[in-house]
Amino acid sequence: MSEDQNNLNHSTIPEFLTDILPPEERILKRPVAIIECFQEIPCNPCVDSCPQNAISIDEGINRIPQIDYDLCTGCTLCVPKCPGLAIFVVGVDKEDKTKGSVTIPYEFNDLPQIGEEVIGLNRQGKPVTPAVVKKVIVSKITDKTAVITLSLPSEFIHEVRFFKRQSSK
Amino acid sequence: MIRKVQMAVIGGGPAGLSAAVAAASQGVTVEIFDDNFIPGGQLIKQTHKFFGAKQHLCGTRGMDIAQILLDRCTQHNVIINQQATVTGVYANTLGVLYPDKFEEVEFKSLVVATGASENMIRFVNNELPGIYGAGAIQTLMNVFGIRPAQNVLMVGSGNIGLIVSYQLKQAEVEVECIVEALPQVGGYQVHASKIQRMGIPILTNHTIIRAEGNEQEGVTGAIISEIDKDFRPVPGTEKYLSVDTICLAVGLTPLADLLEQCGCKMTTISELGGRVAVHNHYMQTSRPDVFLAGDVSGIEEAVTATLEGQLAGLAAAKYMNIGNPLIIQNKMNEILIQLNEFRDGPFGEKATYGSQRLLKEYSYE
Ligand SMILES: Cc1cc2nc3c(=O)[nH]c(=O)nc-3n(C[C@H](O)[C@H](O)[C@H](O)COP(=O)(O)OP(=O)(O)OC[C@H]3O[C@@H](n4cnc5c(N)ncnc54)[C@H](O)[C@@H]3O)c2cc1C
Ligand code: SF4
Ligand code: SF4
Repeated sequence: MSEDQNNLNHSTIPEFLTDILPPEERILKRPVAIIECFQEIPCNPCVDSCPQNAISIDEGINRIPQIDYDLCTGCTLCVPKCPGLAIFVVGVDKEDKTKGSVTIPYEFNDLPQIGEEVIGLNRQGKPVTPAVVKKVIVSKITDKTAVITLSLPSEFIHEVRFFKRQSSK
Repeated sequence: MIRKVQMAVIGGGPAGLSAAVAAASQGVTVEIFDDNFIPGGQLIKQTHKFFGAKQHLCGTRGMDIAQILLDRCTQHNVIINQQATVTGVYANTLGVLYPDKFEEVEFKSLVVATGASENMIRFVNNELPGIYGAGAIQTLMNVFGIRPAQNVLMVGSGNIGLIVSYQLKQAEVEVECIVEALPQVGGYQVHASKIQRMGIPILTNHTIIRAEGNEQEGVTGAIISEIDKDFRPVPGTEKYLSVDTICLAVGLTPLADLLEQCGCKMTTISELGGRVAVHNHYMQTSRPDVFLAGDVSGIEEAVTATLEGQLAGLAAAKYMNIGNPLIIQNKMNEILIQLNEFRDGPFGEKATYGSQRLLKEYSYE
């Protein structure tokens, strides 16, 4: 595919993404979940997945999920529970603010190793930065969805939403 | 001698299984007839976690939902006849064709839950080997564990096109791109986002105009083109893609032939996917002993198929005067509330609108 075909005027992530991001001070305190679910769809497992009751959906199941960033501890439990794979957790290192992390749900067989260097991809699948796999969680509770945390430069925490391994095409 | 059952169910997908369990829970003896060799309908191919609210088993993978429903059938002594194709419905009997025999089965009430069939579109060479419906690709991949292709052009960006593209990537098949004739993505944004971040472009206002290849090699490529608002190809925008498979996910049509054949009043409602049987809230058709549920009553989701199935099963029990009518009525009211709650978003609008039109026609009787 050439660049211009890949250029999506049809991008499904709305511009108002910046409106939902937590304030920078909040991100500096501790990691926080970002819910990239912007349509009224009949769905609500995120609500029950959060032990802090930080996620809510108004009346019924069709409204857009809302998150209370003050209640969220960044525990990542909601990440594998969302069938839309639309929840990510981002963080910034308190000691060294240039270092950040992004937690991503991952449903592929070729799990990366901890410590492995991978390529961070943006929402259009374009490579944006090298990243290092910090944590890989696969357990019965996550029902085959792996929860992978990447370390990367903090300037990319709102950009990187997927990754590819160096070995893959 | 003709075999007799109180309630016969045609189709073993979520709608049929749920109808069977709901009726059996009221004391009805039920048999399901499904033409597949594994019951579960569309669910057995769905490896992804489903949407919906907690009470609808959301967040559970489709194939696991099938198992849960099958276990409930076992608990309620529901008999499932496999590889049992219903070829016709008559006054009070079914004709059932098995690989080795044909039998007639007499019923007091019938639930038709046959699901839907996939649509086809026109383009040059659309009969070449290597052009599949999304359902066939899913069956090869997720039921038989066969890698169906090396690289694919997906046609259609509804939820099925998006989800099957994702599953192809999981099976390590390249998806060159998704073309969508409309100016916007048809399926849910969250499904589209997970496709896009893997680098699969979704080209809106685009369609396939021609498949390249021959009878021996099958598909070797595809030509796609931008289209204008009247769906006409824009000259000069054609692009060649080197793919070995073209996957069509361009919509479904209710499999309503049996309903039509057995004399139910039919109507055409495009919001529901085509020709459907007129029915009331409780899924009863114009033939009082015949009920329907699931995609055959209008293309929707597994959750609504399950709820409609429960309604149909309970309504059939009530029709036969089996079970406690008060308890049945209360249960039906509860299910109706859940259905409304599920359809209460922009994506449910079409179904709500469609079923309101149906109800209007039903009440004119
Ligand atoms: C790729 C994909 C992804 C989906 N994702 C979701 C999702 O995330 N959430 C969700 O809620 N829904 C989803 N759905 C939709 C859901 O699977 C369907 O809406 C649901 O399965 C419909 O149920 P049903 O029982 O009406 O029909 P089906 O599941 O199609 O079952 C019908 C059964 O009837 C059998 N049959 C047909 N005719 C005959 C006959 N004459 N004799 C005997 N048997 C017959 C068929 O073989 C089949 O087994 C998805 C569908 C697809 C294709
Ligand atoms: S990260 Fe933990 S606390 Fe925050 S919303 Fe998710 S589950 Fe709740
Ligand atoms: S579970 Fe995921 S897809 Fe469903 S409403 Fe919550 S965030 Fe959206």
